[in-house]
This record gives sequence, C-alpha cells and structure tokens, in this order.
Amino acid sequence: MTYVIAGSCIKDDSCIEVCPVDCIHPKPGAPDFETVEQLYIDPAVCIDCDACVEACPVDAIFAQFEIPAKYEYALDLNDEFFAEASTAERGTR
Amino acid sequence: MAPTPARVAIVGAGPAGAFAAACLLRARGDAEIDLFERLPTPWGLLRGGVAPDHQEIKRLQDTFHRETLARGCRFFGDVEVGVDISHAELQRHYTAVIYATGAQTDKTLGIAGEDLPGSWAATEFVAWYNGHPDYRGLEFDLSAKRAVVIGNGNVAADVTRLLTRSPDELGRTDVADHALRALRDSRIEEVVVLGRRGPAQAAFTSAELRELGHLDGVDIRVDAGEIELDAVSREWLAGSGTFTARKNVELLREFAARRPRPDARRRIVLRFLRSPVQIRGTAEVEAIDVRRNEIALAGDGSLRARAVDEDVETIECGLVLRSVGYRAVPLPGVPFDERRFVLPNERGRVFTPAGEPLAGVYAVGWIKRGPTGILGTNKRDAEETVTCLVDDLEAGALPQPPSPGRGPIDALLAERKPGMVTVDGWHAIDGHELERGRGEQRPRVKLASRSELLAAAAAPA
Repeated sequence: MTYVIAGSCIKDDSCIEVCPVDCIHPKPGAPDFETVEQLYIDPAVCIDCDACVEACPVDAIFAQFEIPAKYEYALDLNDEFFAEASTAERGTR
Repeated sequence: MAPTPARVAIVGAGPAGAFAAACLLRARGDAEIDLFERLPTPWGLLRGGVAPDHQEIKRLQDTFHRETLARGCRFFGDVEVGVDISHAELQRHYTAVIYATGAQTDKTLGIAGEDLPGSWAATEFVAWYNGHPDYRGLEFDLSAKRAVVIGNGNVAADVTRLLTRSPDELGRTDVADHALRALRDSRIEEVVVLGRRGPAQAAFTSAELRELGHLDGVDIRVDAGEIELDAVSREWLAGSGTFTARKNVELLREFAARRPRPDARRRIVLRFLRSPVQIRGTAEVEAIDVRRNEIALAGDGSLRARAVDEDVETIECGLVLRSVGYRAVPLPGVPFDERRFVLPNERGRVFTPAGEPLAGVYAVGWIKRGPTGILGTNKRDAEETVTCLVDDLEAGALPQPPSPGRGPIDALLAERKPGMVTVDGWHAIDGHELERGRGEQRPRVKLASRSELLAAAAAPA
C-alpha cells in the first residue's frame, strides 16, 4: 500500500518535515520544487506510517484505497511523476 | 533579569502574515505578536480568494488558528495601517514591523473598452462571490449568453468554474448568499477562456485544468488545431518543460478529442494564442475583438506571444472578466519599488530606495516577492523573513521601541478604534457563521457586510 497526495496540495511542506523515510518529493531546495504544482509520495519507499496524513493542514493525503472519486487520477499521476528522469535521479530508490 | 520579549506587529492577517506569526513563535516562543488587519476577519485570501468549491483548502485556517491566535497572537481587526494608525506609530510601539499586505489590486490590459460596464477584474468577481465586505455592492450582469475570461491562470479557472457550476452544487459551499442568488438566475451558457500563449504555456495547474473538464453538466470544447504545438514549444516541452506543462498538453488533447455534448447545461471553450485587442460596446460590453498570436523564442530564452498580422475575430459577449495578474499598491510611510511593485527588500529586510536598510521593518508574501506561488510558498518565504528578524534581534540590531509594552498601543487603539475586532470578536463571527452553516448543511454562511460582521463581533457570546 501507499499514501497518495491529491491535487488540493498547497505545498506547505509539513508532510516532508514529518516523513520518517524521506519519501516525499520534491524537497524544498530541489531544482523542480518551485515548479511542481504539488508534492508526491514515492510508493516504493513509503512505509504507510500515516504521519503525513496527520500533518497535512488541508487533508490532501489519502491511503491508496481511500482516494475520493474526484482524485481517482492521483495514483497514476504519482507513478508518472516518479517515472520521469528528473525524479528518478533523486536516488531514493 | 529576563530579557524583554520582542514585540512584533504584523500588518495583514492573510496567509503570509499567518505563516510569519507561526514561524516567529516557533523561533521565539516569547515574542509578543499583534496581527493588524484591515478587514474584521483574518486569513486574507484563504477566506476571500480560495474558491468556495475548494473547501478542503480552507481547512488551513484551523492550522493558522492553532499556530497563531491559540498561541497568544492578538488580532486587531478592522484596523487599517496607514489610515487608523501610521507606520511611524507602529515603529514607536513595536520592536519590529512585518508587512504582509499582499497585492491588493489588478494589472490592467491597457486596451480600449476595458472600463466599459460589464468588464471587470476577475478578482472583483472573486471578492464578490467570497463575501469580501468591500465588494458586496457590486452587481454583475449575468443575463448574456456568453462570458469571456481573459487569462490562463488559476484565478481564471476559478471564475470559469463559478460561472458554470450548477447552483445546487454551489449552494452546498460557503459562497456568499448575494452571489448565490445572482448565480442562480444566471443565463450564461458559454464561457470562453482566452490564453495569450499556447497550451504548453498555460499557467493553470493540471489539477485546475482537469477539474474544468469534469464539471457536472458542463461540456468542454478545445479546438484540436488550436492546441497543435509549434516547433519551439514542442522542443521546450520535451526538454525543459515542466511536469505540469506536459500534463496540461495531454489533458487538452484529451478534451479536444471529446465529442460535443449538445445536452450539456453549459459549455467552457478554451481558446489559445489569442490576445484581446479591444472590448466593444456603446453603453456596456457587447463583444471583444481578439487577434491571433504565435509563439516566439525571446532573447532571454522565454517563450513569448507575438501577434500574427491578420483580421481580428469578434466574439459577442455580455461579461468580460480580466485575470492577468495582481499588483501591490504602495503603503503610506514605507518605501515602495514602483517598477517591481514590492517593498524594496533583501530576503525580507526592507530597504530605503537609496539601498539603506530600514531597521526593524520587514516584508513577507506578495508584497515581498510579487504575486507568485501558491499558499505553501508563503511558508518558506516567512521562514526566510523570520530568520532575518531573529538574526537581527540576536545581533542586538533592534533596540527597544520608545513606547514598549502593551499598555501604550492598547490605549492608542482604544481611542482610535473602540470597535476594533479582537480574537474574541473573530470567534464570535466565526461561531455565528458556522452555526448558520449547520442550519443549511453548508460549511459556513458568511456575513458579507462590514456592519453585519462588526455587529456579530460585538454580540455577547
């Protein structure tokens, strides 16, 4: 399982601060941090600990099987984000 | 002897001011912070800008409350710095002043007909439907069949959704009642959205663009020819293009491939490479003339729109909403950069026009960096400004103000603004609105005039 961030993300980096395995990208300071419209959780690294869900001030993070219908695209979008070279090069996998 | 706590005035209780207050309290738990706000209510564009159908984002107010007001920050609502109290007076009472006033006005297009009745800044429409008390009296004529939205950013997407979403859906949000009534009677069938540049350069987030294509009972039309990428854009997209730009182009191709839905209640038409040249009408907006652009690589490497010489196209419409960006206004008594429309500053430390640091004066948010970024951008921005402030405090660069302590400022405000809205007053407004919302199965029902807000703030709990 993994957690997924939906399109209502405001890029407040509370989730990054609490993630114990550093699986949320991009991080402040990363080259694409300012241009991405939301943050993404790397499903290969996520340990399903729930910490980010608690920390998110706008409830934008959902467990994979609890994604509301209006955000059903989020899982695929997440996969695509991590499939891109710029993010694969982060060396987190 | 314990050191005297720093006393900090933050001017503007929007997201930038709230993030700055929260950040300062994390860094200096003993700091005494007063949030000055021109409106009777806090949280700025979170309340008055974020669209009512994006309620989840408004939950950020709980975090703002928990990290500021609940930790001892005071709220001075309905107090306008520069009118009710001057910058010089703030400096006499506070160790430091942080300006977080945002960008309160709109950029203009500079075309003929822009001032015709029926042509509005999109932000006026936003403030109206969000119940901003200064905009309550506006009357938008929604009797024409077609509206035109100029711009391709998220404000353009917001107003397009509000014009097309069903009144029943809107009725479950905290949209202002006066706006809900007007939108229920709206006869608008089609909203045309004009983008100056091409699909690869649209400033929508892909989340906002996707949403436009998934509104209940609303068709979305995109002409396949108009979103064909030129060679320059194609190369940019494959190389340095952002993930969002690639998703946007994908989404637009998907929209263009859809069959028209004649049964749809309303229609959104996304047009690209089109610039408005004039708004026509005798007594009010009747049509808008647009010309075609192409994308050209500018000397600085950016992709700009360049006019293509040909006849203009006339689009009949009765409402024009211009959404081409915000602009900050100068504040009385503090320096202003008239070219960049910000307070001249370095990492949040405000400078005089001559480049001298102005001790104890800081900026955060749009008045510091210009109107860019999303809500969370203000958090990092606030961290930068607050780091400078804390460094200055620790370096001893911020002396005690001439009138320290809470007594003198409280006495001054009691004299100038006896009806000022405090934290308790805001709680009373908030409680009243939430209570009315519960009765109507809505997240809240906003009080949308200054007099109603002030009366609710003053009502005994």
